[in-house]
Amino acid sequence: MSSLTKVMVSPHIHSGKSTSGIMGDVLISLLPTTVAGTLIFGWRALLVVAVSVLSSVGFEALFNYIIKKEQTISDLSAAVTGLLLALNLSVDIPLWQCVIGSLFAIVVVKCLFGGIGKNLVNPAITARVFMVIAFSSVALPSFPIDSVATATPLSAETMPSLLDLFIGNRGGAIGETCTVALLIGGIYLIIRRVISWHIPVTFIGIVFIFSFFMEGFNATEAISLIMSGGLFIGAFFMATDYTTSPSTPWGKVIFGLGAGLLTCLIRYFGIYPEGVSFAILFMNILTPYINGWTRRKVFTAGGNK
Amino acid sequence: MGAYLRGIHTPHRKSTKKSPVIRIDIPETVTIPMSMHIGKPAVPTVKSGDLVKVGTKIGISDGYISSDIYSSVSGKVVKLTDYLMYNGATTTAVVIESDGEMTPDSSITPPTINSQKDLVDAVKEAGIVGLGGAGFPTYVKLNVDPERIDYLIINGAECEPYVTSDTVTMSTRTDDMILALKALNRYLGVKNVIIGIEKNNKKAAKHMKEMAASINDFSVKIQSLPDVYPQGGEKVLIYHTTGRKITANKLPIDVGCIVLNCTTIAAIGTYLRTGMPLVEKCVTVEGGAVKQPQNVIAPIGTSIKDLFDCCGGLTEQPAKIVYGGPMMGISVPNSDFSIIKNTNAVLALTKKEAKLPKTTACIRCGACVNTCPFSLAPVSIAEAYTKKNAAILTELAVLSCMECGCCSFVCPANRPLVQLNKLAKQFVNEEAKKEAQKQ
Repeated sequence: MSSLTKVMVSPHIHSGKSTSGIMGDVLISLLPTTVAGTLIFGWRALLVVAVSVLSSVGFEALFNYIIKKEQTISDLSAAVTGLLLALNLSVDIPLWQCVIGSLFAIVVVKCLFGGIGKNLVNPAITARVFMVIAFSSVALPSFPIDSVATATPLSAETMPSLLDLFIGNRGGAIGETCTVALLIGGIYLIIRRVISWHIPVTFIGIVFIFSFFMEGFNATEAISLIMSGGLFIGAFFMATDYTTSPSTPWGKVIFGLGAGLLTCLIRYFGIYPEGVSFAILFMNILTPYINGWTRRKVFTAGGNK
Repeated sequence: MGAYLRGIHTPHRKSTKKSPVIRIDIPETVTIPMSMHIGKPAVPTVKSGDLVKVGTKIGISDGYISSDIYSSVSGKVVKLTDYLMYNGATTTAVVIESDGEMTPDSSITPPTINSQKDLVDAVKEAGIVGLGGAGFPTYVKLNVDPERIDYLIINGAECEPYVTSDTVTMSTRTDDMILALKALNRYLGVKNVIIGIEKNNKKAAKHMKEMAASINDFSVKIQSLPDVYPQGGEKVLIYHTTGRKITANKLPIDVGCIVLNCTTIAAIGTYLRTGMPLVEKCVTVEGGAVKQPQNVIAPIGTSIKDLFDCCGGLTEQPAKIVYGGPMMGISVPNSDFSIIKNTNAVLALTKKEAKLPKTTACIRCGACVNTCPFSLAPVSIAEAYTKKNAAILTELAVLSCMECGCCSFVCPANRPLVQLNKLAKQFVNEEAKKEAQKQ
């Protein structure tokens, strides 16, 4: 053999998993929700999605270009952030506010902290919280185009029917109303092993239990409440963000329970009608501590040295 | 016992299990390094121009942890040379030109065994080392108080992708294995033998069950292991066969276990039957670039080029040539290196097989933490090593890492995790040495 072959330390094979593959799976899992949002709220929903995704990717590319960092947009994480942000916004939002939200999510929350994997809090959630506080229009509910529903359930006098809540025929952000689409996407992610069941199940479970007690042991009411607001999109897609949620199964359980409890406390006792975003944001900050508390015991630990 | 330890599902690619085992034509020359084991290299006992036969001692062990070395062909010693080993170490090697006869040395006679000491001496004399890959001199493991032995565990896990040479041993060398087991029972008091085999290796399990059925004087049990890499790791194997845990700084014998690879057992049997020391090895020659992958029996010191040629040559320029399996094996720059006692496979991997994704930023997905069989935190170890913090590294139990490579295999950002673990272990040991010198 004439030429030399490459020498490298083992392992010499790889599972083939990649960051862009994982992010691609998340994009696929959000497809049903995006389609449902467009059907429920009309074509402008797609426009909001497009502006948000394009500006998110654009800002990341621009940031990397300016600080002369290797381009990272091909890992698709900026696209995921843009899509999640859009799905958390009202369909009537002015497009310039979308752009500002993307700028905040990508540049302030993510890139300034060092880019993917380095951010302390979830970019899309934090940008939504920022926008809720900065622009009143985000918090305003939007309404299905062909519906008689008049208000987002959590601030309304009467709740929509369970069927309407399940298929998303109610007021709310573009991607948070269609429970069935979110469930399909969430199950897809669990099957593909992108996320585990721990956070969504504990998060939604504790909200159900808490609401069940608060509503005087009314199961129908409790089911309505878990399908309201942004709980499903939050529990399956935002709270499971790798970087800002714990990595061990027990850590995930603590995270889910904490986020669920905070959501209920804000819903029942806070000044905002919805608390999912705030709850996740708060648990994001606790994540490094939860990781520390739930570190696994090393197999070879114990015994005398 | 609790749940099985975690691990990964690697591709198996064990097609050579089905193809026949062949014996290589006598190579023109063999290059036999003096360091084919853990411990001090052997001291050459021959010089250029000496005539040797198959089984003539050409290197004598130097110290307690060392091993004797024998000529694998008959012929003439051409030279003693400095030799770069596949693992990067330099040692002396004896180059022997074969006369094509393969005449055995006249001194070769089966040993007489009457005591544990005789058995230990015989295994030492046979030059047998751990043939699963570690290369630890086997006689040292047997030189223990028989009272301490509860179990003899035979490693038949063969968990690395591609490699099937242990399966060949288990399906073709059972007679020699029985001979060795009977001797270990008689002179070392081994009463419980457990053979660990991955559950998808039905071929090996079938032959081992037949073997177990033919032994009545003591217990031989087959333990089916999950087909999850790495079952062959010593601590993993002991836990999955006996439920016993080895804590840091302990040896298998501290929990009453001796672990020997199935091929090591067969080598002991062969020596007891014939008196011929370890001079040949069955090697799996595999990889997408090999024309006809198969198991080849070859004299120790045969170059891997000869092995590839014996398998129809290479169909394309390989992207990597690997000693051992792809998870823990060592890659070499060309095929001039020779196979040694503990070589169980040589692979010629194509570009596609050896393709590794680009390394990108850690996304903190936790895959490494959730995959590590020993529940270590590779990502934290990597961080602590980058900061050169020995105290945190010790707290993270980095020295427990068995370097199986699961963390790197699953990392979606293809971070060099096990690679940094290896460096971190070295770093912690060096720091500890410095500390000790200060005091």
